[in-house]
Amino acid sequence: MTTTKKETQVERETATASAVGRVAETVDEHIVEIVSDSGEGAQKAGQTFGTVCAKMGNGVWTVEIIPAEIQPPARSPAGASGIRIRLASNYVTNMGDEADVVVAFNEQVLYSRIANGAYKKGTAVLLEDKWRDDAVPEIREKYAKAVAEFKDNGLIVHELPIEKACLEITPNPRRGKNMFVLGMLCQIYSRDIGKARDEIATTFRRKGDKVIGMNQQLFDAGCRFAEEHIDFCYEVPPQAGQEEQKQRFIVTNGNTAVGLGVMASGMELVSMYPITPATSASHYLADAYHQVGGFVHQAEDEIAAIGFAIGSSYAGKTACTITSGPGLALKTEMVGLAVMAEIPLVIVVVQRGGPSTGLPTKVEQGDLLAALYGEPGDAPKVVIAAATIEECLHFVIMSRRLAEAFRTPVILLTDANLATGVQPFPRPEPTIDWLAPPIDQSEWDENIPPYNWDPETGLSPRPVPGMPGGEYILTGLAHTSESKVAYDSDSNQRGCNMRSRKFAALASTLKPPQVHGDPDGDLLVVGWGSTMGAIEEAIDRAQAQEHKVSSVHLRFLSPMEPGLKEIFRRFRKVMTVEINYSDDPQAPLINDDTRRYAQLAWLLRAHTLMDIDCWSAVFGAPLQPGMIYKVLLKRLTAMNEGVDS
Amino acid sequence: MFGLKADWSLEVFERYFTLGDYAGGEARWCPGCGDHGVLTAAQRVLRDEQLHPELTVAVSGIGCSSRMPHYLGTYGFHGLHGRALPLACGIKSRRPDLDVWVATGDGDCFSIGTAHWIHALRYNMDMTLMVFDNSIYGLTKAQTSPTSPIGFKTNTHPFGAIIAPLNPLTVTLGITNISFVAQTVDWNPPMLYETLKAAHRHKGTGFVRIIQRCPVYADSLAKELQGDPSRFLLLNHEKGIQIDKSASRQFPNQQEHDPSDLANAFKLAADTSRIPLGLLYWNPDAPCYEDLSSAGVEMTPHARLAGFNAALDRLTI
Repeated sequence: MTTTKKETQVERETATASAVGRVAETVDEHIVEIVSDSGEGAQKAGQTFGTVCAKMGNGVWTVEIIPAEIQPPARSPAGASGIRIRLASNYVTNMGDEADVVVAFNEQVLYSRIANGAYKKGTAVLLEDKWRDDAVPEIREKYAKAVAEFKDNGLIVHELPIEKACLEITPNPRRGKNMFVLGMLCQIYSRDIGKARDEIATTFRRKGDKVIGMNQQLFDAGCRFAEEHIDFCYEVPPQAGQEEQKQRFIVTNGNTAVGLGVMASGMELVSMYPITPATSASHYLADAYHQVGGFVHQAEDEIAAIGFAIGSSYAGKTACTITSGPGLALKTEMVGLAVMAEIPLVIVVVQRGGPSTGLPTKVEQGDLLAALYGEPGDAPKVVIAAATIEECLHFVIMSRRLAEAFRTPVILLTDANLATGVQPFPRPEPTIDWLAPPIDQSEWDENIPPYNWDPETGLSPRPVPGMPGGEYILTGLAHTSESKVAYDSDSNQRGCNMRSRKFAALASTLKPPQVHGDPDGDLLVVGWGSTMGAIEEAIDRAQAQEHKVSSVHLRFLSPMEPGLKEIFRRFRKVMTVEINYSDDPQAPLINDDTRRYAQLAWLLRAHTLMDIDCWSAVFGAPLQPGMIYKVLLKRLTAMNEGVDS
Repeated sequence: MFGLKADWSLEVFERYFTLGDYAGGEARWCPGCGDHGVLTAAQRVLRDEQLHPELTVAVSGIGCSSRMPHYLGTYGFHGLHGRALPLACGIKSRRPDLDVWVATGDGDCFSIGTAHWIHALRYNMDMTLMVFDNSIYGLTKAQTSPTSPIGFKTNTHPFGAIIAPLNPLTVTLGITNISFVAQTVDWNPPMLYETLKAAHRHKGTGFVRIIQRCPVYADSLAKELQGDPSRFLLLNHEKGIQIDKSASRQFPNQQEHDPSDLANAFKLAADTSRIPLGLLYWNPDAPCYEDLSSAGVEMTPHARLAGFNAALDRLTI
């Protein structure tokens, strides 16, 4: 930290106090966006703003707005890059609906956000105005046209000389405007100025004091600028009780959380091949893993990545491979080998839009069935899905334990929404038993075969190289309990029975999922993965309107949590809400015979033999509570009309 | 083995392993198959080097030769087609104490597993890599392999293979960080044994291409070679593979070749008129990947926990 104690004390006063003659309006929550061309630092400014809010006790969710291309052309709608920050006086679980305030570095990038429904009538747009007087006539025209259109659409446009003000401090505002904007936002939201300046020092700690000083200067100027030019000011009070609890929080995105989970699980090896949007988990590990004695192996391809991990697991060091849908497809044969030979292994799949190369940077929940059924033959395994960023961490630890206890690969599904969302959550307090136990090299009783299946549970202890007396030849061919290759009917049937039975044994240890809301009613929404926050917020809104709706969120997809039928029976209708493809029942040619269901709905229909409906979409964007709320109302109306007629 | 050491003290191992300790199931290769000889040579090396069966892992892909682990009394991993090397490298990565042997074939290594052949040799992990090259797919019954000679008739090319074969030696010699490249034939057991022993003693990946008979689907190829010793060139050097009299008799064409001379190794490998036998290239100082990938293996659970807490502290607000 370069700020001295004295300075910090002086500046601990919040921005509100210095906003002379302006009273901050207190709100429960607000959604802020910063949008720009790629490379203008909007994401850094937003992350810093989010951290300051979290440190002040707010519930926070930030999500990056990512263009699909590395270097999209400047001032193009498709090039919109930036960040959304939702800050609130309560715990936040998702990105929310329309933004309240948006800072835009040019007018063109706003078009794609408008097309995505990111704004509403009354959204305040703080727009860089330098384009109004640009030397190029075409830019001037575009700017004027856009501002008029935005105003017509009900946006409140504030044209501001942001760059001009930055030029007074730095000759190159493209690198620094972001901290100026951070200052503006901290002023508007009455943030703790000292905390923000400290955060800037932390962000730029590797760049030296000069850079930190320059950025803090820009930040201060941004504060003053907002005070002079902006006539509104908000206060978002901290979450109740957080101050007293003294609980410590960490702030991460879902991929960093996965990396932390790997470290906390005691797994010593991650073997990966670069793939969007999973790679940043390995970036984090590559930087931090050595602190816990771990190693990231970047393999020559996806197949080698999982093969390397399987080799390590076979040798007694359960390993992890991290990938996305296309990578999982390439790994399929190896996953089947791990199932067949009962090798513990953790496979994290950060889902993106598919099929094929699809939407590499965008969210989808399209790999559920591939995770369950991708391999040839019967290849049962554990498939679980994290619903929150915090679960991304804890579920890796659970995955390692399940993999070893049940001698199986475990697929942990997350997605691009969790991967890029950033949220504060309680700091884990790890204990030694989170780590994998030291490798067992004791003597193996030669009379015990390598697959000494318990006939009831299918479970068996595992010899590990180094154990004298345990020598066996692992094979992906059909085999006996002695691991001898066996092509006879009985051996193959028995092996399949034993490998399947393990998951019935696991299911018998699980509890039924909790229902969010009343345990009975008209409509039950079933979800999985990253949509939990948005679904539950939509359910809460509908319940507040006296609708009898509830939701349930599944973490275990294979095996399924027990008691689903009992839960489902208490509702008149059950439907899933998912981010994957399903046919709209109203679409041409779609009827009961032709309709293709969303992936969880497909599973649940087979699992329960109940007529489970679904709503799903592949917009390449996280589901928002308002969108789900509208779907619920529509389905409820249709149900009631159906009953009436 | 038992014996007297230089200081006249008697060295007695607690456990002494005989060939029987390295025997697994009965080998089910065809009569006359070259794989039998490789198995025997490998078992003799294991015995003579007194390697602990529980610390030895034989890894293979899919194919006739990949059955080898089943016939050994060590730990074994009979993996997927083409993927023996990633599995073997993974085994070694965090368990450098394990002695890893890889059995793979021309289809397994030079075709479906090509990417791993290139990259595993670049990793140069300490293991013995035996490529059983019979120039044919045997298990799936006579398809063209990447080393089948042009014109050779197979079920996939009944009118003869239509393109020239891959030269595994020049490709291997072109890989960065290779450390041991040898070639031998299955029908000279002493040379085979010495080559495998040298590959095993070498720290790094000991790549041995074994030109090998398939009496069922490619009998003519081996017969032609066995009948014409002038096709071979035996490499001689004090740093090379030890040559006994039988090899000298069998392969009269000989040449002095310093295995540290990569340029000459290339020349020998590229000359298709003569098949070099012996050690083409040797660099005992090439870095091994497991020395990097096993960093932190010895860390105690408490140190790991402390490291994790430190990582959390950096993210704590």
